[in-house]
Amino acid sequence: MADHTSNDLVPTVIADSVDIVYRVNGTGSGRGTATAALSRIVGGKKKAEKRAGVRKVHAVKNVSFTAYRGEAIGLIGTNGSGKSTLLKAVAGLLPVENGRIYTDGQPSLLGVNAALMNDLTGERNVRLGGLAMGMSPEQIRDRYDEIVDFSGINEKGDFITLPMRTYSSGMSARLRFSIAAAKDHDVLLIDEALATGDRSFQKRSEERIRELRKHAGTVFLVSHSNKSIRDTCDRVLWLERGELRMDGPTEEVLKQYEAFTGGSGAGAKAPAKRAA
Amino acid sequence: MDVSQVLEPPSTPPTAPAPGPRPYTEEDPATLAARYGLTVSGARPSLPAYVRQLWQRRHFITAFATAKLTAQYSQAKLGQVWQVLTPLLNAAVYYFIFGQLLGTSKGVPDYIPFLVTGVFVWTFTQSSVMAGTRAISGSLGLVRALHFPRAALPVSYCLQQLQQLLFSMCALVVILLAFGIPPALSWLLIVPALVLQFTFNTGLAMIMARIGAHTPDISQLMPFLLRTWMYMSGVMWSLSKLMKGQDHHGIAYQLLQANPAAIYIDLMRFALMDSFHASQLPPHVWALAAGWALLAGAGGFIYFWKAEETYGRG
Repeated sequence: MADHTSNDLVPTVIADSVDIVYRVNGTGSGRGTATAALSRIVGGKKKAEKRAGVRKVHAVKNVSFTAYRGEAIGLIGTNGSGKSTLLKAVAGLLPVENGRIYTDGQPSLLGVNAALMNDLTGERNVRLGGLAMGMSPEQIRDRYDEIVDFSGINEKGDFITLPMRTYSSGMSARLRFSIAAAKDHDVLLIDEALATGDRSFQKRSEERIRELRKHAGTVFLVSHSNKSIRDTCDRVLWLERGELRMDGPTEEVLKQYEAFTGGSGAGAKAPAKRAA
Repeated sequence: MDVSQVLEPPSTPPTAPAPGPRPYTEEDPATLAARYGLTVSGARPSLPAYVRQLWQRRHFITAFATAKLTAQYSQAKLGQVWQVLTPLLNAAVYYFIFGQLLGTSKGVPDYIPFLVTGVFVWTFTQSSVMAGTRAISGSLGLVRALHFPRAALPVSYCLQQLQQLLFSMCALVVILLAFGIPPALSWLLIVPALVLQFTFNTGLAMIMARIGAHTPDISQLMPFLLRTWMYMSGVMWSLSKLMKGQDHHGIAYQLLQANPAAIYIDLMRFALMDSFHASQLPPHVWALAAGWALLAGAGGFIYFWKAEETYGRG
């Protein structure tokens, strides 16, 4: 990355009228699904999709924004409004139907769930997760104690040497977050990570997010907790039904959003959609 | 709706390191991106860059393979003993059916080592191809959450099968010694034979991974294709005996001779058993083995890379 002075506005993520469309197989209705599948194979793609029950879900519609270095941006909206989808597209993990997303380096999603294996010990999962995120074996060795201490897994005995399937759901969520948060990122995307674990762990993770933000160029945070958005973000994008409804300073947008959802505390109690 | 109207400078951002006033000049996003050197998210890297990325992930590839292998039997009471027990039981079943019931063992010296070598080497290719078919479609969670060159997955799955084969080879050595076949210098040929077969398997797995990623149905079809291939590869019978007296210029004969699976199996038999003579090998066997490895390895890698940006989508 090039050097820029601090008062220079450096864009890190540019979304240019982005559309994201999911295609879902096997929602054939009415017609026999086997024939529907056949016609999908035989017929032309466009026509067949209509006939064979491939449903298109327009998850994000014509969204544009520019994120700058040093910003922490909250993504809010009611369930199913396309927040996580937009985040995945920024990370380059989902294709855009129309438009473009430009990024500085490789934005990374905070989350390693999928790389971990329940049958392995916590210890091996720390290494595996770190490697999956692109850390080198040396980096992992250096950070290993830090990760385990942060997760607090060993507070109640030597659990890190047990298979992860023996952990309680809170314990494994904590370990997952600790592994995921161990790496420094240029552009960091966080999807509902703050709602895992008990109260003291939540406090620690919010602290860690702030720390990550210092190192990261830009942080995106998806959350249903208006409080954690207020605590960590200075700008908010409000998505509703896949459309960008508002983009501005946290207080302004949240005020409107709270009026829209009715009641300020409602969001904070919403159950977490996904662990770290 | 008009988005730009709400794009106002944040009123005193609390902790941000001073993002000054936002530029009001509406610049074209593409030129703005180009000016600051931003790249399109999720674009496919060039082939050399891709190879470099894959090499950087080598530790992940090996760790993932080993983790998969250990996780496989971690719930079983006998644990890792199954690594050796499973291939042995497999060989026992084939011995019972082909050696005892059908009598294919007649005229094949050292039939049990012959059969077991065939089964183990074939299983390596078979399970690599099967694992490759599901490498992307079965790891969608991983592909959709983390960034890494996707080729790491099929390579890692094949590496897992290679590790599995090394366990089987330990059992094989015991069987060979039990049948009075002495260790010989020719056993060293195992190494080049395995390297070539691994390259071939990985290439094939990458081809299947791309097909399987876009058409998951293929994994339903693969067992049948693989079984057909197995019967043509002389796993339980001697191909050279079968083809004795056949027209050497017939297409069927030439095809059977060039069958890569049969080549890798026979090379291993040639390396391990002194009763398996060089005359039973097809002509130019090492060239064929290397050619197949190169063709599948390089071709499969490029074919897989071509669709890199599409994996885990839709």
